[in-house]
Amino acid sequence: MIDVEGLTRYYGEKRAISDVSFHVKEGEILGMLGPNAAGKTTTMRILTCFMPPTSGKATIGGYDIFEHSMDVRRITGYLPENPPLYTDMSVTDYLDFVAKLKGIDKTKRKTEVDSVVEKAALGDVQTRIIGKLSKGYKQRVGLAQSLLNNPKIVILDEPTVGLDPKQIIEIRELIKNLRGEHTVILSSHILPEIEQTCERVVIINDGRVVAEDTPENLMLRLKGGERTQLQIEGKETDVKKALNSIKEIKSFETTADDKGIVNVVVESEKDIRKMLAKNIVGEGLGLLELSTDRFTLEDIFLHLTTKEEEVA
Amino acid sequence: MKEIFAIFQKELKTSYYSLIAYIVIGLFTAIAGYFFFSQLSYFVEMAFREMMMAQQYRMQPRPMNVNLMLVRPFFGVLATISLFFLPIITMRLYSEEKRLGTVELLYTTPVTPMQIIIGKFLSGVALYIVLLIPSMFFQILLFVYGDPEFWPIFSGYLGLILMGSAFISIGLFISTTTENQIISAIGGFALLLILWVIGFSASFVGPTLGSVLSYVSIINHFEDFSQGVIDTSHIAYYLLFISVGIYFSTKMIESVKWRA
Repeated sequence: MIDVEGLTRYYGEKRAISDVSFHVKEGEILGMLGPNAAGKTTTMRILTCFMPPTSGKATIGGYDIFEHSMDVRRITGYLPENPPLYTDMSVTDYLDFVAKLKGIDKTKRKTEVDSVVEKAALGDVQTRIIGKLSKGYKQRVGLAQSLLNNPKIVILDEPTVGLDPKQIIEIRELIKNLRGEHTVILSSHILPEIEQTCERVVIINDGRVVAEDTPENLMLRLKGGERTQLQIEGKETDVKKALNSIKEIKSFETTADDKGIVNVVVESEKDIRKMLAKNIVGEGLGLLELSTDRFTLEDIFLHLTTKEEEVA
Repeated sequence: MKEIFAIFQKELKTSYYSLIAYIVIGLFTAIAGYFFFSQLSYFVEMAFREMMMAQQYRMQPRPMNVNLMLVRPFFGVLATISLFFLPIITMRLYSEEKRLGTVELLYTTPVTPMQIIIGKFLSGVALYIVLLIPSMFFQILLFVYGDPEFWPIFSGYLGLILMGSAFISIGLFISTTTENQIISAIGGFALLLILWVIGFSASFVGPTLGSVLSYVSIINHFEDFSQGVIDTSHIAYYLLFISVGIYFSTKMIESVKWRA
């Protein structure tokens, strides 16, 4: 449904995102996780045609964001980080205006507005002036706006930021209800939130995608200890032999290419890099590369989970 | 087209609910009324004097032209007050969207920058026409108590609306450059004032540049309208002006998108 390929965006000299790629399947909820200023908003703004990328390509529902930007906009609903609300309009007037912008026919507009009012549970406040609503309600009006015209794709930028715990739970429930009907991209800098609502997570840090997996696997990776990546020159069987002799290894995977280089991912309880190096070199194999991806991920997770208190 | 109308309607609704529009209309009418009253008093005084003179010398009083002595200067006054008040109408047109962050909504829904700008421009023009309506009552008074010619009044309003639209297209352009309404109003006013007075220097700068300057000057093209002359070259001037304003506003919001 959404294919993002190598998106890069510069603001003047400063690089906001670099080579961001990911894919979202139809009906899936994808979480975009990353600390503040990691490039989440930039990525979303590019996908919603708010601004073009410096380089790279993205298609949404088969439409290129650059060449068929109007078609992309027609099938996409977007809730920016600060909900774009006209504070002196009433909720229904506002939704009616957005419905017009989205080109919904006069005959269908009323039912369309009513349906998003119901989805976002705005029934009690629909005649109130938006400026007088609480933050939580404003956020819901923003969400309602993004759901107008029943878009295939809904992009939500930090939909729960600045809300109190009760409101957060409500918004999360609303998002969960979108599953299946809509393809959703949702950004957050809070790990538990992503864990609860999303099927898959893309972690962005410093403008780059550092991991893409299910929330469960990411947690496992984190809790499951060390992951060491090796690049070894030699025969695959010899590599396996060398690794099998280390008791501390929990599991490992090898992939050999035709140039005689074997790529290995080793999982273990603790740091065994020294032992790995000794054994591989001892077996007469060429150790080309040895690295661990523990640090980046853990750092980010630490950053994310300690940033804001966990909400039950 | 539907999108333009949606934006147009929304802008008018916002004005309808905002205090600024009422204050502007109220003050505009009050100031116009003050000038009308003083011009009328002067006219009446002159008329009395004519009558007395005629009686004294036992001859017919000289005819006095209402259009020439009242209607024409009054249009000049309306044009001048518009210069001060239109930047207040245009200041929020786009700056407000930037401040509220609603540009993110406009840019991500299937609406083109051109549609946004035209919708906003038309709403400004509509509000300006509403602003002028109370001043028409003064003219109606003239018809009740006197016998002015109709067409100069019609052409005067046509001229005012064209000139006002040109003002609005410039004010709108300034509004697209900033999210601060005060800067938007002051910038708009300054630019309009420059375009207004640029013709004054026409006589000092030599014939070629002088004729260019007096052509560019936004007020020079209005004078014929207030005299009852509808000249297509003046209409063309204002339409060109409006197109340029709309074009630059559109480019401005497109370029902001690219620079971000």
